[in-house]
Amino acid sequence: MIKGGFQGKVLRVNLTSGEIRVEDLKEEWAEKFIGGRGYGTKIMYDEVDPTIDPLSEKNKVIIATGPLGGTFAPSSGRTMVITKGPLTGTIACSNAGGYFGPALKQAGFDLVIIEGKAKEPVYLWIYKGITELRPATDLWGKLVDETDKLLREKTHPQAETMEIGPAGEKQSLLANVMFNGHRAAGRTGVGAVLGSKNFKGIAVRGNQEVKVAEPEEFREAVTKTREILSKDAFSGGGAAMLGTAMLVNVLNSIGAFPTKNSQDAYFPEAEKISGETLRERNLLRNEACSSCPIGCGRVTEIKEGKYKGAQGGGPEYESVWSLGAMCGISDLDAVLMANYLCDKYGMDTISAGVTVACAMELYEKGYLPKEDAPFPLTFGSGEAVVEAIKLMGEQKEKLGKLLAQGSYRLAEYYKHPELSMSAKKQEFPAYDPRGVKGIGLQFATSNRGACHVRGYTIAAEVLSGAVDRLKYEGKAELVKTFQDLTAALDSTGICLFTTFGLGGGDIALLLSTATGFQVGEKEFMQIGERIWNLERLFNLRAGFSRKDDTLPPRILKEPIKSGPSKGEIEELDKMLADYYKVRGWDNDGVPGEGKLKELELVVD
Amino acid sequence: MKILILDLLKCTGCCACEYACSFQHTGVFNPLNSRIEVNIFLEDLSFVPTLCLQCEKAYCAEVCPTSALTKNDQTGVVDFDKDRCIGCKQCIVACPWGSVKLNHKGKEIIKCDNCAGDPACVKVCSAKALTFEEVEDVVLAKQKRTAVLLKEIGKDLAKGVSS
Repeated sequence: MIKGGFQGKVLRVNLTSGEIRVEDLKEEWAEKFIGGRGYGTKIMYDEVDPTIDPLSEKNKVIIATGPLGGTFAPSSGRTMVITKGPLTGTIACSNAGGYFGPALKQAGFDLVIIEGKAKEPVYLWIYKGITELRPATDLWGKLVDETDKLLREKTHPQAETMEIGPAGEKQSLLANVMFNGHRAAGRTGVGAVLGSKNFKGIAVRGNQEVKVAEPEEFREAVTKTREILSKDAFSGGGAAMLGTAMLVNVLNSIGAFPTKNSQDAYFPEAEKISGETLRERNLLRNEACSSCPIGCGRVTEIKEGKYKGAQGGGPEYESVWSLGAMCGISDLDAVLMANYLCDKYGMDTISAGVTVACAMELYEKGYLPKEDAPFPLTFGSGEAVVEAIKLMGEQKEKLGKLLAQGSYRLAEYYKHPELSMSAKKQEFPAYDPRGVKGIGLQFATSNRGACHVRGYTIAAEVLSGAVDRLKYEGKAELVKTFQDLTAALDSTGICLFTTFGLGGGDIALLLSTATGFQVGEKEFMQIGERIWNLERLFNLRAGFSRKDDTLPPRILKEPIKSGPSKGEIEELDKMLADYYKVRGWDNDGVPGEGKLKELELVVD
Repeated sequence: MKILILDLLKCTGCCACEYACSFQHTGVFNPLNSRIEVNIFLEDLSFVPTLCLQCEKAYCAEVCPTSALTKNDQTGVVDFDKDRCIGCKQCIVACPWGSVKLNHKGKEIIKCDNCAGDPACVKVCSAKALTFEEVEDVVLAKQKRTAVLLKEIGKDLAKGVSS
């Protein structure tokens, strides 16, 4: 029985009819899938036909918190957005930090289900038991930070907000759902789904309490986990000092830092865009999400040159890489500007940067004709990246419209889809699989397309060095473990970065003392496996199969040209069959009946 | 006497102090019941906590008609006795800092009590923006910081004189 953590209520908003309904949280589901990503995926699986067009009225968007949100459990400010992602066509769950999730719980709700399509733009206002759809015609077209400000002006000065920007409105496949004007649920194009529904965002202000099942035990668990995090090199100091961009020098130094659309994996000028340089040149102060002791967030300013005076949140490691090294750029000011612009339009920095990099290679190889490019798309030009992001965000000219669909569709249009550095059409993050074998298997098998945060094997393969990054043996088990742990963690409401210090057992303890569930490490990992398999089932029903669990030919065939990982390729086949076996799936990557029974997943 | 010290520049806006405070005093989580408040300025992403300063000349106590609020000379805390409070809210009007508040129901007065000498907010402030220190130590530390600065300036001045 649920004794705490959850608020027990789900808000269902039908935009077509305008009806808003409060439903009870299903306890049985909460015990099997927790909240957040797990519970949201279960709703999608039960209520949405996986074969639908993600941008049609039939798709749904679930905004979900977890049972640890709104407490002082470490880094418990996450909000999950679950839908069928338009970039990939797979199940999608993107999540963001900030303050929105805890505020939604204080308003009394664990989840919000958005369905149907509004005739005119609307936003949702949730306040002290009032839930109201209000016109957003005057907000349509506004940038993300402007929308955040206007939503607070229209509702309550201390309301927390969720919003889409122009990218979401125009249904760019790279569109984010943004929170508090600058925090991004930024992958798989979740923002476009809200855009297709004429839904601009939510403002929420609550006044209710969040209870936990066993207050004293919970306090002890929180003290213990905060203590562990304070002792880890990354979560206890490195992240606050240098932000996630501390990884620039780490990944470059092992030659797994993709450069110029992955034509190489070593960037000689990496130092210029490193976390160290960012701290020295641009950092104003640190920023942390709700209850987060890690505080990796950056508040930065461009202090000189033509973008002087521009300020914003970030950039993170991934953004510094995608808008920097991946485009051959070492001009940190241009990277910062491009990053701020992505946030304003509400666009995924990873996919945006990688898409520009793809356009640059298409241009330099002559596949993207000069008449289609309003300016030279040359690797290394900071100005080209900034201008390309503007075109993409505003969907101006032919190129802007193409860029807004992501690298795969862009490269396919110019007849060279092999130049898109993506898996299941979603762009790679900042790790070259040729130099870190396990992460390649993760990219290929991730349920939402190429992604680092579905299974961050980098922690073991690079950061702790517990596992040899260039070996194939044991990587299937490693990937499965990280994938299952993350799926369960994403359902609790705390941040993935806590896993730098915490293990499944620690998180299970937080979860148990908060909810009253009897969950140990083993059960916690099994919940993760259950969620992973349910996501896989959704994707199989959507038409995905073994052939989609792959990587671009460049990664599989072209050796890295220079740096410490020179000569390496990724031999995915050496791991994939093994992975299916470890998962208990057949040779086609389909979970067998035995596995589904074991996980208590009902098959149609 | 120990006091809560706030280093504004270090606050990251995580608000864990608010959660810890409300949990300490009520056993549940609700930032509206926190005695400490983190003000978040999203327009430039800056964060400013405000908290009760346990004033020596405590206006809240001076206006309180039932002596529910009294200055405790031993601990330095302005104590609040809930049973004596009649809810007239004059203390809220009198407090120059906005640090005497109403709870989430808008009914009961809530006010920082330094958690009887072991503040919960300090324990979760990983950025160390909040500390609980002897006031003499704080003064000494500040003097020392100023002195180090003056020493450096002094060196430069000395150079100016000798040339």
